[in-house]
Amino acid sequence: MEAFLHMGGYARFVWPAYGLAVVIFGWNIWAARKLEREALERARRRLATTRPGESGDAAR
Amino acid sequence: MGTWTWFHKLASPPHFYRIAGKMIPWYAIPAALLIATGLYGGLVLAPPDYQQGDAYRIIYLHVPSAWLGLLCYTTMATAAAVGLIWRIKLAHALAAATAPIGASFTLLALATGSLWGRPMWGTWWTWDARLTSELILLFLYFGYMALRSAFDDLTRADRASAVLALVGVVNVPIVHYSVTWWNSLHQGSTVIRSGGPAMPPSMLVPLLLSALGFTFLYAALACVRVRGEVLIRERNASWLQELASGR
Amino acid sequence: MTPRRKRLLTVVAILAGVGLATAVAIKAFDNNLSYFYDPSQVASGQAPAGKSFRVGGMVTQGSVARTPGSLEVHFVLTDFAHTVPVSYTGLLPDLFREGQGIIAHGRLENGVFVADEVLAKHDEKYTPPEVAKAMKNKQAAATGTKS
Repeated sequence: MEAFLHMGGYARFVWPAYGLAVVIFGWNIWAARKLEREALERARRRLATTRPGESGDAAR
Repeated sequence: MGTWTWFHKLASPPHFYRIAGKMIPWYAIPAALLIATGLYGGLVLAPPDYQQGDAYRIIYLHVPSAWLGLLCYTTMATAAAVGLIWRIKLAHALAAATAPIGASFTLLALATGSLWGRPMWGTWWTWDARLTSELILLFLYFGYMALRSAFDDLTRADRASAVLALVGVVNVPIVHYSVTWWNSLHQGSTVIRSGGPAMPPSMLVPLLLSALGFTFLYAALACVRVRGEVLIRERNASWLQELASGR
Repeated sequence: MTPRRKRLLTVVAILAGVGLATAVAIKAFDNNLSYFYDPSQVASGQAPAGKSFRVGGMVTQGSVARTPGSLEVHFVLTDFAHTVPVSYTGLLPDLFREGQGIIAHGRLENGVFVADEVLAKHDEKYTPPEVAKAMKNKQAAATGTKS
């Protein structure tokens, strides 16, 4: 186990790389879910302020 | 159902939104399993390299993230072209959803490369053709995202940024072939190489699993993001009202 | 021409234009895009004289000479056609060894390349230590020499 953590003397390069990968994975998951959640909330708020049936469809 | 009908159904925002949502676990679960297996294989099971010792184990992150950086850019540029030509909002939504993912993995490729280059080459950074073109790739992503945020109007943002994505796609083959076309500090490709991969299976299999896992992760993340992008692009469509009141 | 066809052609034109411009630019700056000169280019005078540049090659077997008590090291770079003698004072990367590909940055002074930075280049091949050893033994047996 100690030898594994030591990485043949390259621990200070290998482990930061893997640590950074965890950060990038985490950020991606967090940011993607945040985008989706906020888009839904904004859609809800937008719809609450406009009367249903009123045409504002952005499709062209 | 004919192909055309199927295509039109998929291209309708509510269907696309629902299908993207349904696909998330089908991408996310294999992604988690493949990345875990690939990284475990690379860190624990694979033998060290006779020259680089254990330092080469950074490859199990470096190559998959560099691969994803290029895949994302190509996807983004293709989606942008489709969006421009056929005026398909969903294509623009996919391009916009892809950019931040690609940027983050290009950043990871650069950072892991730096952490690998310091002990092996003897430098964190140098201006050789591969490193420079990869940095340009990162800046293209940043430029694309900055350009998008400069417009208040989404349709304009979509079109202007799509042109930038198209212009930048010329950099993709340059990144890949930079080590073949010019003398560089960076070595040539290990996996995509005439004469087959220059690695024994014990090292190669974890690398391929990891790269496949990263690809699935992109697909899962893109599904989540593209749902958000679709919602932003739909104004008062009735399906949106049902969705908003339903939950 | 339909609007869609027009947009398609515009996209194709953008790609062709940018591609062509990049190809021309790359062609024009081709020499500057290479990271280093090899010893043959140095020998034929293609490397800039009186200016610093990079030279890359293999460290000749048996050429590494360290000055005791200092970080000064001398070695010879080769591309198996021409050689460049190098002198360098400083820390060497972990991969530096005889037979290894090396890139040195510095300038030529009286036929000696005085380096201020030495980087190690490694190839795209990865091999487990046992396999490398076995391959070396096999090679030694085949040529009848023992290392």
